[in-house]
Amino acid sequence: MRQQPVLEVRGIRKEFPGVVALDGVDFRLFPGEVHALMGENGAGKSTLIKVLTGVYPADGGEVVLAGQRVRFAGPLQAQQAGISTVYQEVNLCPNLSVAENIFIGREPRRLGLIDWAEMRRRAAELVRTMELDIDVTAPLDNYSIAIQQLVAIVRAVDASARVLILDEPTSSLDREEVSRLFTVMRRLRDQGVAVLFVSHFLDQIYEICDRMTVLRNGRLEGEYLTSELNQVELVSRMIGAELAGLDQLAGGKRRERSAPTGDRAFLRAQGLARKGAVEPYDLAIRPGEVVGLAGLLGSGRTEAARLLFGADHKDRGTVRIDDAETDLRSPRDAIGHGIAFCSENRKTEGLVGELTVRENIVLALQAARGWARPLSRTTQDKLALRWIRALDIRPGDPEALVRNLSGGNQQKVLLARWLITDPKLLILDEPTRGIDIGAKAEIQKLVADLAEKGMAVLFISAELEEVLRLSHRVGVLRDRRMVAQLRNDDALTPERVLATIASGAEQ
Amino acid sequence: MTTASTTARAKALTRYRLFWPAVVLAVLLLANLAFTSDFFAVHIKDGHLYGSTVDILHFGAPLILVSLGMTLVIATGGIDLSVGSTVAIAGALACLHISEAADPASPGTVFGAIGIALGTAVLLGVANGVLVARLGVQPIIATLILMVAGRGVAQLITDGQIITVTSEPYKLIGGGYWLAMPFAILLSGLVALLTALLTRSTALGLLLESVGGNPVASRLVGIRAMRLVGLVYVFSALCAAVAGLMVSSNVSAADGNNAGLWIELDAILAVVIGGTSLNGGRFSIGGTVLGALIIQTLSTTVYTIGIPPETTLVFKAFVVITVCLIQSPNFRAEVARRGAGRRSVDRPRPATTTNREVGA
Ligand SMILES: Nc1ncnc2c1ncn2[C@@H]1O[C@H](COP(=O)(O)OP(=O)(O)O)[C@@H](O)[C@H]1O
Ligand SMILES: [Mg+2]
Repeated sequence: MRQQPVLEVRGIRKEFPGVVALDGVDFRLFPGEVHALMGENGAGKSTLIKVLTGVYPADGGEVVLAGQRVRFAGPLQAQQAGISTVYQEVNLCPNLSVAENIFIGREPRRLGLIDWAEMRRRAAELVRTMELDIDVTAPLDNYSIAIQQLVAIVRAVDASARVLILDEPTSSLDREEVSRLFTVMRRLRDQGVAVLFVSHFLDQIYEICDRMTVLRNGRLEGEYLTSELNQVELVSRMIGAELAGLDQLAGGKRRERSAPTGDRAFLRAQGLARKGAVEPYDLAIRPGEVVGLAGLLGSGRTEAARLLFGADHKDRGTVRIDDAETDLRSPRDAIGHGIAFCSENRKTEGLVGELTVRENIVLALQAARGWARPLSRTTQDKLALRWIRALDIRPGDPEALVRNLSGGNQQKVLLARWLITDPKLLILDEPTRGIDIGAKAEIQKLVADLAEKGMAVLFISAELEEVLRLSHRVGVLRDRRMVAQLRNDDALTPERVLATIASGAEQ
Repeated sequence: MTTASTTARAKALTRYRLFWPAVVLAVLLLANLAFTSDFFAVHIKDGHLYGSTVDILHFGAPLILVSLGMTLVIATGGIDLSVGSTVAIAGALACLHISEAADPASPGTVFGAIGIALGTAVLLGVANGVLVARLGVQPIIATLILMVAGRGVAQLITDGQIITVTSEPYKLIGGGYWLAMPFAILLSGLVALLTALLTRSTALGLLLESVGGNPVASRLVGIRAMRLVGLVYVFSALCAAVAGLMVSSNVSAADGNNAGLWIELDAILAVVIGGTSLNGGRFSIGGTVLGALIIQTLSTTVYTIGIPPETTLVFKAFVVITVCLIQSPNFRAEVARRGAGRRSVDRPRPATTTNREVGA
């Protein structure tokens, strides 16, 4: 690979109040390669991408595009110079149509007016290249996060680009959607486009990437050929230590589990359903039991969980809590019965970004007490500090704004918020999505420990290995139906669960 | 002390929420001093405090009150355009009651008038609250209804006339003195203090900021947002009603057409200048009080430095824009960046990069 890099960064530095996010980072991207940017959460990957594309001004160093020194004043300029970017936080307008979102700012025009018909036609065409079957005239927020993410990618891919940057585009995609994305990425690579790809899924990295750059704590750790660095070596470079039992983190061994005995369920749902969300399903969760929900994205896992939390209204069916029939009409009702729910959308449904870590942690407890019975500041500080320490939330400052934390730490703040309410049933929807391998292992261990101490847990994850490692039982959903509930004994393998998902019948 | 730590301290100070509003207020006051040398002079005559600064506090009192209610409404991500009409209705009802009473000067009559005004305000607030929180009407539309209709109602109450009243105890609210201070200043100060206490020593402030900052998350965390948001509109109407009593009491008359006219806009400005975002979320009671004082000082300044009346509004708009720009972190960063850019022009660049640029 002795050509000129299309994009090169030298000695980039970026500081935020109290954090050096990037410290003298060098980075090269060549035409016709798929390049992975690797690092734990908070390593500075997203920041590097934002500095590259002019979202943040750099505090030092330089960016060279095709041999020319550049300094973008904003993402629009970067885009005009041929760098298309899908940022980690999908920036689309949910109330505009899919077509408008794809063409916003560069609508096809005729006689100076927007040519709507042409726009729809071209949008439909582009969407089809991603094998998406959606109505481009419908508002974007009619569709799931996964589809929205794909639309953001369609938008970026369309702008005839020399460089395509994708910051964790696959975090909410299922296997099939990922493979469609990879097809598109390979096609672009073969056309000479340089693709920068960030993902936490190591398998994906090894499937698609030619080279990678590893960051650690805002510093450059090294640049490697994918073929010359195996997964365990990569992880140890990301973490910066030869961790014992790394193979276990990478998804090898299953935890020892002893299924809780007795059949007094904490919660028992019967024929619970909501039209357009999930078909009638039965589910019982005992204290100390971890029930996993598996299924493809959009199979109704989240929808099933939301009914148990009163976040959506059920159309039919009953819920019994501690053997008493209960009508969960709102999240507040459910919380009153000791149920907690960590949503999969941390930013939009979980955290209040402009409040501090402390305020976010005490929010659920305070809401339950009502406004007239405030937790004293000392109590708040004590709670926040205890959980910051227990979950190793970084930075460890309770007064930091929660929106400035990295994904893994935000997830821990959410967990802390619910754990201080001492729930009897904890519903976790994709708690480890988009967070680094270290935080992931910590959260998995926490879940196992909580169940050990008698908490009932409903654990939803797109990663089968994770579901199998933690759960005593696995409910399998397919096309919004609970098609099976499998006991997680030694005979249950990921292949068997996959076969169940694929066939829609217990295997 | 080293310069480094001094600048660090200065930086920390500028990040303090109330820093910029306080600076702007100070600058405005000092600007007045240039035109009126005895601007800060305060003297006591007949046991009453007099002075330009006292006047600013006195005339600014109704705006402070209205802005306090507006702050909480805006914190929830809403807006209340109906406060001006509520000011007019409250004043009209109180004056009507007093003017029709047998003994306008009796405390009973005055308390009755106050009760009627505040009771009506609660109803108006509930109407806004139901529209916004219960029926999900957009706040700007929901309160626009009362803004328009309420003005008409006020005119109906006063029958299109100006109702004048002579009642010594009623006069106290807006035009009287207590402990040498104009009573209006004490009253608005007290309400500001109570609002701060109510929101910050209970969890109300946190819950309101959460609802405004992320309504979806707030619901999922079990906050009864509907009740909170409804209450906030009632509070805003109550504040406006007290302001209405103050205004009508000060002039001993109720004017359905002009009382509280455009005060909603001044109040929104005061809240924004005080550092509370129109998007909802974080709010600052102290900032709002400063914001209201800035606006009032501005109006006073316009008179004292003799700006021709026809350019008054333009002048006001100019100052407000400046204030908002100074407070915008993006704007300040941009100014700092340009300043730094100019300074670094003559810094030598590393030779390698220069070569590269030439080669390209
Ligand atoms: N806007 C911001 N303000 C303050 N700190 C930030 C901001 N964005 C990122 N950071 C901090 O910079 C560091 C790098 O974050 P980020 O680039 O998002 O990491 P990654 O994408 O690798 O997970 C983290 O410590 C994060 O808390
Ligand atoms: Mg990131």
